[in-house]
Amino acid sequence: MILRTKHRGSALWLAAVVHRLSGLLLAIFLPLHFLALGLALNGEEKLEGFLRWSDQPLVKLAESGLVFLLAVHLLGGLRVLVIENFDWHDGQKQLATIAAAVSAVIAFIFLVRIF
Amino acid sequence: MNVRLYVWQRLTAAVMAPLVLVHIAVILYATRQEMTAADILSRTRGSIAWASFYALFVAAASIHASIGVRNVLAEWSPLSDRRAGLFAVIFGLALLALGFRAVAAVVLT
Repeated sequence: MILRTKHRGSALWLAAVVHRLSGLLLAIFLPLHFLALGLALNGEEKLEGFLRWSDQPLVKLAESGLVFLLAVHLLGGLRVLVIENFDWHDGQKQLATIAAAVSAVIAFIFLVRIF
Repeated sequence: MNVRLYVWQRLTAAVMAPLVLVHIAVILYATRQEMTAADILSRTRGSIAWASFYALFVAAASIHASIGVRNVLAEWSPLSDRRAGLFAVIFGLALLALGFRAVAAVVLT
């Protein structure tokens, strides 16, 4: 079997990989997110305790990463929906780059706000 | 991925796009205000709007994520399609249960 790997240098291949990995990481995070919110079932203090725990710098940094993953998965997904449902147009690489850049800006805004 | 799963994947993506935008806005707002649990729960408890918003979000995310996980397992792991599908169904149902539990926790008084 001949493996063709030339495409792996392409920005659009990278966009597809980023979309898949961000989705996978968000899927792993989701149950933990739901469990954390579920703490409110045991009283407001339990949730408050978790929120104060999440004030630690490393946790805040991880949260910024999650915001980036969410934004990049959203924008990457919108790119896929546009490609599949509308007429093809040039500039796909630019769209993918813009998606990454906007996600980085959103994550940076979040980072600035929490620190 | 079969056509039925493909359509569900894209449909839930389209439903979630505006929900994710609102969710990001809520995250940025909540961090700006340095909200406590009491601040958050005072806004969400008893709110039909937030309950509906997040219930729809949980349902769409559970379907979307489980189909995505199925695809990743089928393509990137040694699992057969059938086993990947079985894992995805269990994962999706667990997400649905945990998600609705979380919504109930912040919405019900």
